[in-house]
Amino acid sequence: MSNYNVVVIGSGPGGYVAAIRCAQLGMKVAIVEKYSVLGGTCTNVGCIPSKALLDSSEHYHNAESVFAGHGIGTTRLSFDFGKMIARKAGVVKSNNDGIAYLMKKNKIDVYTGLGSFVTKNKIAITNDKGEKQEIETEKVIIATGSKPTKLPFIAVDKKRVITSTEALTLTEVPEHLIIIGGGVIGLELGSVYKRLGAKVTVVEFLDKIVATMDEDISKEMLRILRKDGIEFMLSHKVTGAVVQGNEVTVSAENKNGEKVEVKGDYCLVAVGRVPYTDGLALENANLKADEKGRINVDQYLETNVPGIYAIGDVVRGAMLAHKAEEEGAFVAETIAGQKPHINYNMIPGVCYTWPEAASVGATEADLKKNGTAYKTGKFPFRALGRARASGDLDGFVKVLASKETDEILGVHIVGARAADLIIEGVVALEYRASAEDISRMSHPHPTYTEAFKEACLIATDNRALNM
Amino acid sequence: MTELKVPSVAESITEVTLSKYLVKDGDYVQLDQPICELETDKASQEIPATIAGVVKFVAKEGEDLKVGAVICNIDESAKKPEETKAAEVKEPKVEKKAEVKKPAETKPVEEQPKTEEKKEETKQSYAANTPSPAAKKILDEGNVAAKDVKATTGVSGRITKEDAINAVRAKANMPQKEAFSRNERMEKMSRLRKTISERLVYSKNSTAMLTTFNEVDMTAINAIRAKYGDTFKKKYEVNLGMMSFFAKACCLALEKFASVNAYIDEGNIVYHDYCDISIAVSTPKGLVVPVIRNAESLSLAGIEKKVKELAIKGRDGLLTMDEMTGGTFTISNGGVFGSLMSTPIINPPQSAILGMHKVQDRAMVIDGKVEVRPMMYVALSYDHRIIDGKESVSFLVAVKDFLENPHKMLLGADPVELLIEL
Repeated sequence: MSNYNVVVIGSGPGGYVAAIRCAQLGMKVAIVEKYSVLGGTCTNVGCIPSKALLDSSEHYHNAESVFAGHGIGTTRLSFDFGKMIARKAGVVKSNNDGIAYLMKKNKIDVYTGLGSFVTKNKIAITNDKGEKQEIETEKVIIATGSKPTKLPFIAVDKKRVITSTEALTLTEVPEHLIIIGGGVIGLELGSVYKRLGAKVTVVEFLDKIVATMDEDISKEMLRILRKDGIEFMLSHKVTGAVVQGNEVTVSAENKNGEKVEVKGDYCLVAVGRVPYTDGLALENANLKADEKGRINVDQYLETNVPGIYAIGDVVRGAMLAHKAEEEGAFVAETIAGQKPHINYNMIPGVCYTWPEAASVGATEADLKKNGTAYKTGKFPFRALGRARASGDLDGFVKVLASKETDEILGVHIVGARAADLIIEGVVALEYRASAEDISRMSHPHPTYTEAFKEACLIATDNRALNM
Repeated sequence: MTELKVPSVAESITEVTLSKYLVKDGDYVQLDQPICELETDKASQEIPATIAGVVKFVAKEGEDLKVGAVICNIDESAKKPEETKAAEVKEPKVEKKAEVKKPAETKPVEEQPKTEEKKEETKQSYAANTPSPAAKKILDEGNVAAKDVKATTGVSGRITKEDAINAVRAKANMPQKEAFSRNERMEKMSRLRKTISERLVYSKNSTAMLTTFNEVDMTAINAIRAKYGDTFKKKYEVNLGMMSFFAKACCLALEKFASVNAYIDEGNIVYHDYCDISIAVSTPKGLVVPVIRNAESLSLAGIEKKVKELAIKGRDGLLTMDEMTGGTFTISNGGVFGSLMSTPIINPPQSAILGMHKVQDRAMVIDGKVEVRPMMYVALSYDHRIIDGKESVSFLVAVKDFLENPHKMLLGADPVELLIEL
C-alpha cells in the first residue's frame, strides 16, 4: 500500500492542474482517473473536441460562403465527416498524451480505475476488470467534475436522443438537429452541424439565449445566429421527445400554453450539467453535498471533513475548465501553507460560436440590481479597419464603468476572436483599471483590440475616434 | 447652533484628551457621523454628531478637556452642500500626532506637514492601495494589510509586486535608519501612556512587592494541544492556546490560596469568591489589561474565546471601560515576545501577578537521567503585606502542579487521590 501527501480524484483540468501544482510544491501526489485516458470532460468530450469540430466546420463554411467574396473560387467543394471526426479524435489523443507526459514529468502516480473513499485517508481504486487496490493519503482533492443534466421526461437513448458527448462522435451529419437548450453547449454544437448542412432548431425555455451573459450579447447572438439560419423557438417548454425509427418528435408548449411539435432525426439535450460524484462513496468519509449534488466547501474549498478538498464542476460556481484550473492551483497552494486567492467575479465566460461571445465582470442587469451608477461604452466592430479587411463585421465591445470613478466593472464582447480579446478585460478588472486608463494605452493598429480601446473612450467621455 | 460637548464616559473620568478630529473644520456632517476621537485613561472613543450641519471647531487636537467642555459647534441651519463625499471626510487632519505607534507603523518624518494646495493635488484614486493579484498573495502571506503598504511604483497608488515584496521585507527587517543621525523628536504622552506610568510607579511605591520563581515542564500541555488542537479548533473556532490552561490553573490555585486573590482596602482585606483574571494585552497604543470575568466558571474554550475577543478589541481600540475595570489577579505573558524571565509589576489594587515566559527546550534531570523537556519559567510578583512567603510559593507550586498534571484540573486534585480520599 502506497502513502501519499495528496490524492487527486479526477484528471480533468481542475484535477490534473491541482496534481501538478502539488507536485511542484514538493508533495507526493497520486491522481485517480476512472477512464483509460486523462483529461476529463474538457479534453475528451468537452472543450477540446468541440473546438476541433467548430474549427473544421468553420473552414468548410468559409470555403462555402465566405471565400467567394474574397475572390476565391471553389469547384466541387465537399467534406468527409468521418475524417473530421477522426481528426478530432487525433486532437483529443494528443492532448491525452500531453497530460500523461506532464504526470510523468512531475512524478505523479496515475491510477486508472474508479476512486472511492474507504475512509477519509484511504482511497480504493477499482479498475474495469474489478481488481481493487487501496492507497493511503494525508489529503484528498475531489475533482470528479460533472455530467450532462438529464430531463426526467426525456429518455436519452444516446442514438437519436443524445447529449453533448454523443454529439461529438456522430457518424453522420443530421438532417434536422433539434437542440433543447439555448446555452453555450447547445449553440456551439448547433453551429457545427448548421455549417455542415443540417437544419438546426433550438428550443429554449427562456425568452433569450446564453441567458447568463449580458442582455446585449443575448440579443446580438440571437440576431446573428438567426441570420445564419439557425431556428429558435424561445419561451418554449419542452414536454417530451419520442423516437420512432429514425425520427425524433420533440413536443413543447409555447408561452400561450399551446402544444407544438418539431420533428427531426436527432435531438440534442443540452440543458446544463450536474455535479458527478457517483461511486465516490462520499458517506465513507462523512462528506456532505447540497441538494444539487454539489459537494459543500468553505472559502478555502475545504469540505466539511478537514483535509478533504473539492474543486471544479463538483462544487459551487460556474462550470468552466479555467475556473477549475484556478481552484486546483488554489487548493494545492493552500495545502502548502500559502495564501492564494481567486476573484470569482473575474472569471471570464466564453461561447465559441462564430462570431464568438465572451464576458467578464458585472452585466448591465447586475449593476441595475445593485443600484450601481454606471456608464456604457459600446463600439461596433463594423467601424474598425481590421474587421472590414477580414469581413467579420458582426458584433461589438461593450464596456461598463462606474459613473463615479470610471473604474471598469464589466466587459462584454460579441465578435471575431472575442474569446481571446476578453483577456484584456480580465486584466483591466484585476488591476481595477479605469476606462480612461485603457483609452490611454496604445492598441496596435489594425487589430480587433482597437474596439476595446474605442469602447473605453466612449465610456470615459463619449469621445470615440473612429465613430 | 448646537454645542457638541465631552460626554461623561465613566464615573471615574473627569478629563479626556481630544486625540484627533475625524472631519475637517467647516465640513457638513450627518447625524451620528463620528466627529472626533476622545482618549481617556483606558480607551479611546469616537464621538458622533448629535445633529446634521456644518462643524465649527472649538477645541484643538491634543487638548485636554473636562467633561462637559465644548468640543465644537454644529450649525444645523447651514445647507447641505451638493457633493460631500464620504471619502474626503475621513482624511485625517495634518497636525502633529500625539499617538505612540509601534516602530513598524512609524512613518518617515518627511511625510508630516503638507501645505493646503498640495492636499488638493494628491486626490486619492479609488484604486489606491489595490494590490495586483501577485502582490495580494505576497501581502497575505506576509501578513501585511494592503492599506499599510506604501505604494510607490504602481499607477494611481496601486500596489505592484515590487511594492508588496518591499513591504513584506520591511516588516521582516527593522526599518532602515539614517547613519550618524542626531535626530530627536518629542511627542506628547498619550493619556493611556500617562496612566500606565502613574499606576506602575504607584504600584512600586505603595506595595511591598517581591517575586518568587518556578519552572513548568510543558510536556503534558504540549501533548494535549498537539493531540486535540485541530479538533478543538474545528469545534470551537478558536485555537487551543496556553492561556486557557494557565488561567484555569491559576483559578484553581487562587481558590486554594484566597489571599493571592484579595485586595487591601483601607485596613480591611477584601476576599473574592470569584476569579476575574486580567490579561495583559499589548496594543498599538500601549499595554491594556482587559478582564476575563468569572474565569473560574468558564470552560477552556470559553476562556480562549474571551481572550481572543479581548485581544482583537484591544488591537482595534474597541475595549470599553467596563471591560478593563476590576480584575482580581493578572496574568502577563512576556513569552510571546521572547522573554525568558522577568519580574512583573502588580496591577493595583490587586495583590499578585503571574508572569508567563518563553517555552524553551532545556536539559532536565528526570529520574536520574538527562532529558530534553520544554520548560517555562514562571514568576509570581506579590504584595508581601497580605501574602506570606509560604502562601505565594505554595500558590506557584500549585499552579506548576496543575500545569504539569492537567488531569488534576478536572476535579481540582488527582482523581485517584480523590477516589481513595487521600
